Amino acid sequence: MKKASKKVILDAKGMERVLSRLTHEILEKNKGAEDLVLVGIMSGGVPLSKFIREKVRAIEGLEVPAGYVDITLYRDDLSRAGYQPRLKRTEIPFSIDEKKVILVDDVLFTGRTIRAAMDALIDFGRPKNIQLAVLIDRGHRELPIRADYVGRNVPTSRTETVDVMVQGNREDWKVLLNESAPARGE
Amino acid sequence: MDWKRRHVLGLADFRVEEMEFVIDTAHSMEEVLTRDIKKVPALRGKTAVNLFFEASTRTRTSFEIAGKRLSADVINFSSATSSVSKGETLLDTAKNIEAMKPNILIVRHPASGAPHFLSRFVSCSIINAGDGANEHPSQGLLDLYTVLKAKGKVIGLKIAIIGDILHSRVVRSNLHSLGRMGAKLWLCGPPPLVPKEMERTGARVTYNIREAVKDADVVMMLRIQLERQKTAYFPSLREYSRMFGLNRSLFSLAKDDAVILHPGPINRGVELSDELADSAQSRILNQVESGVAVRMALLYLLAGGHDASH
Amino acid sequence: MLLIKGGRVIDPADKRDETGGIVLENGKVRDFIPGDQAPKGFKGRVIDASGKWVVPGLIDMHVHLRDPGYEWKEDIRTGTRAAAAGGFSSVACMANTKPVNDHPEITRYIRETAERNGAAAVFPVAAVTRGMEGKEMTDFAELAEAGAVAFSDDGKPVESALLMRRALEYAKAFDLLILSHAEDAELCRGGAAHEGWMAHKLGIPGIPSAAEEVAIARDILLARQTGGKVHIQHISTKMGVDLLRMGKRAGLAVSGETAPHYFTLTDASLEGYNTNAKMNPPLRGEEDRMAVLFGLIDGTIDAIASDHAPHDDYVKRCEFIAAANGIIGLETALPLSLGLLAGGKMTAARIVELMSSNPARILKLSGKGSLRKGADADVTVIDPDAEWEYREADVRSKSRNSPFFGWKLRGRAVATILGGRVTHSLLAEVAADV
Repeated sequence: MKKASKKVILDAKGMERVLSRLTHEILEKNKGAEDLVLVGIMSGGVPLSKFIREKVRAIEGLEVPAGYVDITLYRDDLSRAGYQPRLKRTEIPFSIDEKKVILVDDVLFTGRTIRAAMDALIDFGRPKNIQLAVLIDRGHRELPIRADYVGRNVPTSRTETVDVMVQGNREDWKVLLNESAPARGE
Repeated sequence: MDWKRRHVLGLADFRVEEMEFVIDTAHSMEEVLTRDIKKVPALRGKTAVNLFFEASTRTRTSFEIAGKRLSADVINFSSATSSVSKGETLLDTAKNIEAMKPNILIVRHPASGAPHFLSRFVSCSIINAGDGANEHPSQGLLDLYTVLKAKGKVIGLKIAIIGDILHSRVVRSNLHSLGRMGAKLWLCGPPPLVPKEMERTGARVTYNIREAVKDADVVMMLRIQLERQKTAYFPSLREYSRMFGLNRSLFSLAKDDAVILHPGPINRGVELSDELADSAQSRILNQVESGVAVRMALLYLLAGGHDASH
Repeated sequence: MLLIKGGRVIDPADKRDETGGIVLENGKVRDFIPGDQAPKGFKGRVIDASGKWVVPGLIDMHVHLRDPGYEWKEDIRTGTRAAAAGGFSSVACMANTKPVNDHPEITRYIRETAERNGAAAVFPVAAVTRGMEGKEMTDFAELAEAGAVAFSDDGKPVESALLMRRALEYAKAFDLLILSHAEDAELCRGGAAHEGWMAHKLGIPGIPSAAEEVAIARDILLARQTGGKVHIQHISTKMGVDLLRMGKRAGLAVSGETAPHYFTLTDASLEGYNTNAKMNPPLRGEEDRMAVLFGLIDGTIDAIASDHAPHDDYVKRCEFIAAANGIIGLETALPLSLGLLAGGKMTAARIVELMSSNPARILKLSGKGSLRKGADADVTVIDPDAEWEYREADVRSKSRNSPFFGWKLRGRAVATILGGRVTHSLLAEVAADV
């Protein structure tokens, strides 16, 4: 019987390359960094958006305003989850009116997190547009949501999980794919 | 930590980490209050009923705003204009309202233990908004939050609470929220208004206001009810105000960076001078602000994210 | 003829404590027969009381039958059945009925209803003041003629010291007794629980011990002043017991009673705002409980009386401060009192004094309180070792306001006899006559 295994599908160096590419794509599509703002979705999207911000500074010499959004108060799945996730604190200390908001998240899955994040953003103002940059797209969308910038497409089964480890030193960053054990009787 | 509480009846049975958890949640909620659109959908479709058997505009309004910021439907029930004045019992009133399936009942009642009594008979969550002379848990928590914001910590602070200690449910909640969190509480007032059992709670009791205020980090003044004079708790308002009221010269005995709190409403010129009430050291309005965030936190923890009515 | 044989006959008034049989005939005690054999040729009903105590019918000198006026809580019929189940063959009922028992008509109504329909003898206690308003004395002599055995405004104190003085003096003419619900009304005002740590913890306004102590001192000193006699009801405080002791040492005509809850419970029972622990006087602290116990042991307190106070759900199932005062007690008084034997300091004879001979003496109930020849055929058969649980389903009273449900008790009345008729029986071979 196969045991649950963790596979590194992206290591630190790989992530650096992917994130650099994403940054270039964002700058290309938006013709530069003017009117751009970055909003990382807590918690996984935060270190990634910080990375992108530094890259933009290195490439364009520009400071892009960056904020973080906690979507806990906007989730639609809490009734079923039946537990009380700990609140974090949204910080968007600038106006998003007429800005091009790049939402940054680590894994795009059902799309519900992104829907919640967009609901939160709309409460903050009226952006010119919202674009979505994700490190990993693992499929299984339940809502009509798509990413504008995708680091890596990773097809998965529903029982697998993708863990983006972006806490701590960048040399230790990695992305793991957890293959779950197959059901009994297989 | 895992929030498992179905009711908020009093801080007496809250563990310290539960109180900290509420404060952390309030901190997150406070950010919502800084936005232009002060609303999040967390309690959308949930109903909170303010069941107030005692007059109160500020607490009720605070809970109402808190509920609405979370997108809850908030209904106000006040006993003066309702079935209770026709002799309906507390239990019947609550059961009737419960039949309309609210998620949370916010109860204020002149009898100590009334919310505890109701919690045995209704299936929705109950928040105690003040029961007799027993507790006012959301006030205890918002006072804690205000002190934390003003001073950065609670441990080791000297907090003087002055006034009608005997009838104050605010003091009793603060013994838990501030006292158990590490502050040293000094309770002061005329002897008939300071029960001797307070000495057993770990707080210091003194009848000398100068001793209470000296080197205090926080001075909390309590409202004196003018009717207490009629049942001889103190001889006259003038004497009360002279011996137990806070004015600038008395306040100068406190630390230089001391702050002033008051649960409201203030009897200006009686327990607190006009000048001090409006001074830079007063954190009275911060208390009101903190109150909405704390109450949002409580409503969210009780009804947000799961079916609270089972 | 009825023979109760083989039991331990405990009759302190007749100085008896030995195994033997009691023969009852025509409503009176005919004989005591030593040993456990029936007399030769005995033709009559026999109750085998081997292993049990046989004592003079117990007398509860403080009950509220609620009849007339509050019959949904209790009435004379159900109250006396509860009494019989608790081992009592007689009760003295208080005057706070509706209308108040301040008029001979009402006194007569109570006596007659009990005779017709009751399972225990009922001795009405009439009010000291009209309507229990504390302003004008009732017609003591006429009420006594109608059957009142004593006078009390119980439920309320006689607030005016002057009126109490006059009442004590007037009562002397007819050798009548005033039972005093001793409390200072103003010191009690607004309070709902004993002023102490528990009330403080629950945020409930307190009733200071001084409220009772001040009033007991007043009544004892007025008895001294007037040469009259007074009986202090439901003593709950240490100082109250001390004052009674002092009054007795000074040779005054004072007596006192307490209720089982004051020697078995303290204000700790209030935890969770338990309204079945709410009564007046309130449950006090441990120090008071110990003092009451000691007062029972050393003879200061003369009687145990239940203060049976039935209340319906409506007035008990509510917030604490709004709840009515009182608990039922007829069916638990004996077992709780028997619990006093466990400490080794209380004797069986003393318990019989407290629950039969003394109440009879204090209320001058002739023929009661003893099993001497010619006494009334009122007998209680007690199994001191019976282990049982007090359950709500077994209650005979109409009301259910008791803090003792679920308690495992040791000892109970297995048969109660009133005037030769069996009013209560748990013995398989003995059927009740009522």
